[in-house]
Amino acid sequence: MTTLLKNARLIDPETGTETRGAVLIRDGIIASVGPELSADTVIDCNGKCLAPGIIDIGVKIGEPGERHKESYRTAGAAAAAGGITTMVTRPDTTPALDTPEALEFINRRANESAPVNVLPMSALTKGRDGREMVEVGFMKDAGAVAFTDCDRVVEDTKVYTRAMSYAKSLGALIIAHPQEPTLSKGAAVTSGKFASLKGLPAVSAMAERLGLERDLTLVEMTGARYHADQITTARALPVLERAKANGLDVTAGVSIHHLTLNEFDVGDYRTFFKVKPPLRAETDRIAVVEAVASGLIDIISSFHTPQDEESKRLPFEEAASGAVALETLLPAAMRLVHAEMMDLPTLWRALSLNPAKRLGLPGGRLSEGAPADLVLFDPDAPFLLDRFKLNSKSKNTPFDGQRMQGKVIATLVAGKTVFGDI
Amino acid sequence: MTFRAKHLLGIEHLGPDEIDTILNLADDYVALNRSKNKRSDVLAGLTQINMFFENSTRTQASFELAGKRLGADVMNMAMQASSIKKGETLIDTALTLNAMHPDLLVVRHPHSGAVELLASKVNCAVLNAGDGRHEHPTQALLDALTIRRKKGRLHRLSIAICGDIAHSRVARSNLILLGKMENRVRLVGPPTLMPSEVSELGVEVYDDMREGLKDVDVVMMLRLQKERMDGGFIPSEREYYHRYGLDAEKLSHAKPDAIVMHPGPMNRGVEIDGTIADDINRSVIQEQVEMGVAVRMAAMDLLVRNMRASRASVEV
Repeated sequence: MTTLLKNARLIDPETGTETRGAVLIRDGIIASVGPELSADTVIDCNGKCLAPGIIDIGVKIGEPGERHKESYRTAGAAAAAGGITTMVTRPDTTPALDTPEALEFINRRANESAPVNVLPMSALTKGRDGREMVEVGFMKDAGAVAFTDCDRVVEDTKVYTRAMSYAKSLGALIIAHPQEPTLSKGAAVTSGKFASLKGLPAVSAMAERLGLERDLTLVEMTGARYHADQITTARALPVLERAKANGLDVTAGVSIHHLTLNEFDVGDYRTFFKVKPPLRAETDRIAVVEAVASGLIDIISSFHTPQDEESKRLPFEEAASGAVALETLLPAAMRLVHAEMMDLPTLWRALSLNPAKRLGLPGGRLSEGAPADLVLFDPDAPFLLDRFKLNSKSKNTPFDGQRMQGKVIATLVAGKTVFGDI
Repeated sequence: MTFRAKHLLGIEHLGPDEIDTILNLADDYVALNRSKNKRSDVLAGLTQINMFFENSTRTQASFELAGKRLGADVMNMAMQASSIKKGETLIDTALTLNAMHPDLLVVRHPHSGAVELLASKVNCAVLNAGDGRHEHPTQALLDALTIRRKKGRLHRLSIAICGDIAHSRVARSNLILLGKMENRVRLVGPPTLMPSEVSELGVEVYDDMREGLKDVDVVMMLRLQKERMDGGFIPSEREYYHRYGLDAEKLSHAKPDAIVMHPGPMNRGVEIDGTIADDINRSVIQEQVEMGVAVRMAAMDLLVRNMRASRASVEV
């Protein structure tokens, strides 16, 4: 069984090129890239963009515990509609995902409900409480692709160091949220002119650098494989650069919101713009976009965080953090391309290739032998975002009512169409 | 008349002409309040609800008196004791009250932006009586009226706001208002009590009280909350008084005719020396209280005029 996607603009993040051509899929695997070979089924892409499917690290799904906010079925539909072919899910569920038994449940739920690949992450410490490490070996055997306490920082340095050393012996990847926890406690926005004017509790942008410096010191000490989930400030970038130059096994990510929005977007206390870490100054946003373009920051993620209306219809300080983003990740990221801050292959390096490399996955590439996880999209198609049309159960997007460009035409997972009509 | 707003949520949204309009009308109400018959009937038949999610004696009493003098039916609700304890959200509380058809809602809430959120859900006019660390517009207006009456003008004055700026909605509303009216505003206090990058808001920042008070026309003191004195923000109460408490020596650096203000309630011997507070030649603290009632009467009167105008236009 073969399928040919012909007449496409091929976005290849590995070579950093855009070329006209075709992709041949055989048994769910990319069999050839470039020439128009014959196939059982031939699909004309009409010159639209064909790229590896997005691999999204850090998706929050409400199972178990908060299924009213998001289920594997709704998140899976949203991911498919957003061109995401692999969701790497967060363990900050209720209860936290910290046992192999719970991981089995997740794998089963995910496989029967979501049309895209789901790879779970495990908590790093039991209950994400920062006191005892989880059964790293068992969790890894059960399929955990990384270990993270999500937005909680392991405050006890001894516990953290031991967890890192132990994870290192198993080659497990640790994903951390670089933040100085006592400085950022209770903060709703980044300190600065905006926070001062609006009278909101704020955290200095420096708290991120402090957290990163501590983490990287421990990485140097233990040799752990480390990924910083979100680097969102200019002042943290030199620290990251130095660690990479020193040969530490370190990568970094950033959320799509910190690349496309800034602190002033909060405006008159709009809680859909409350995310963690808080939105930053415009100078930080530009610096971080440039760091993605240069490759210093490796990975862009949605940090999809569904919150129901009740958690957001509160005074700003009390409102829950986070935004849904599975379906808006691609069009929001296209803003960076339309603003000429990076080209499509560079963007896709951060959306698919680097996440695959970091997690040791075969996908994320447009090359022979890779799984046929693909997204076909029109980079220019305009639309007005209506949050109530999103597939997610929760509708908390900061892009509601905004003009966007970039529409997914079809999403394929292992050669099978999971979204779109082609 | 240039005041067209539906709510009074903050000074940020007011123009200089709107501020003048409120203060001019407030001057009339000062006269009324000093006369024998203090009653007016501009709010007759209207209902005013005071919702205080945070303790207040002075502001609540001032709003209550203002409403009663204008003939409104005034109801006080002590919200910290009621439904929020039962888990009701702010918006549900607002909708419940809205169903009772009030005409004016006076709201104080411990979180910044909460009054704005509430205002977006109700049909009546909302007055912000203080939201978190954000704004306290009637306090800034009463301070402005006090200054205008004492100094004869509300522009080109040098004004020092001293103390806990970071946690103060009074300071925020005042620095916005005084800036809009083209005054020079100085903020004086220890760096731990100063908001970040506040100098970008068009003010001068001093951590030395004597330098900060040099040649100013107005000294505005702020209350230092008890819970901030425990070593977290300042080392101790006595060190604070030594460095930032207003006494005769520090005040001598200001202009000889400088006035001293305080929004109350005062901590004598912490941020202000008792004899300064009581000095009738310098302290205008009692006048501030008097102006408070007049300014709130003016604000409610103007909001009701706008409400009637918009209702009339809907009926036409």
